[in-house]
Amino acid sequence: MKYVIGTLSCLLLCLYNYAQDTSGVNEVATGLRADGKIYVVVAVVVTILLGLVIYLISLDRKISRLEKQGT
Amino acid sequence: MRRYWWKILSIALLLYAFTAGFFIVVPDIGNLQHSIRNLFFHVPMWFGQFTLISVSVVYSILFLRKQDMRYDIYANEFARTGIVFGVLGLITGAIWATYTWGAPWNNDPKQLGAAIALLIYLAYFVLRNSMTDIDKKGRVAAVYNIFAYCMYIPLIFVLPRLVESLHPGGKGVEGNPGLGGEDLDPTMRMVFWPAVLGWTLLGVWITTLRLRVRLIEEKKLSVIR
Repeated sequence: MKYVIGTLSCLLLCLYNYAQDTSGVNEVATGLRADGKIYVVVAVVVTILLGLVIYLISLDRKISRLEKQGT
Repeated sequence: MRRYWWKILSIALLLYAFTAGFFIVVPDIGNLQHSIRNLFFHVPMWFGQFTLISVSVVYSILFLRKQDMRYDIYANEFARTGIVFGVLGLITGAIWATYTWGAPWNNDPKQLGAAIALLIYLAYFVLRNSMTDIDKKGRVAAVYNIFAYCMYIPLIFVLPRLVESLHPGGKGVEGNPGLGGEDLDPTMRMVFWPAVLGWTLLGVWITTLRLRVRLIEEKKLSVIR
């Protein structure tokens, strides 16, 4: 259930993105569209980094649990 | 908190590098344009890689002196993370080279040196895993690891700087950065060095995770026996 809700909320966010996209190219570039959309790249890179870090933290905790079981 | 502050520091430094690396104003040099920002990602990762294999060789020496199996496992795992960073460094270098040197692989001395050094390190794992006798395995692996490290330094740091190379530091480019050649732009230095520390700490973190798994495995094996 947790995952279903998570997936659905992600999908909703995607729809929100599509809704934003109809604005067209000629409009003034604001927010993440400023400066040649470089902020989009920053967002992608930071997301990847954070994803990897969260994965590392979960591994770390899992191993800590295993270590406790061993002793 | 006392035990994991450095992990938080690593995340903070990398986040800083991954955002400031895009925002700060960089100098316009040659045909690099914005790809000069790779200096905040590709180069610090190599620096972290070098730190990891240096730690690995220290543990190999410690193992030869004290014959504690723990040191052999430490050396093995630090070298393993070093290889991962090295392969990523070679790939990112090839991507960067495509757009600045014209092709992903130019048979440049720096690229050849890095590739040979990585192959020498891969042989370390082949050699270590090919032996079943635990004592012999540790000793031969430790001696080979020291040899691999001694080959790594001339291949990466010395030879590419003695000959013509497209990579910074080559003969006739702008002088040896290791011997006070042309200095790094001061604003770029503000991002570069934190990134080096961040990558190094991340590498140590990954290594400690693998080490803890290895130690749990070793304990289990000794119980079974």
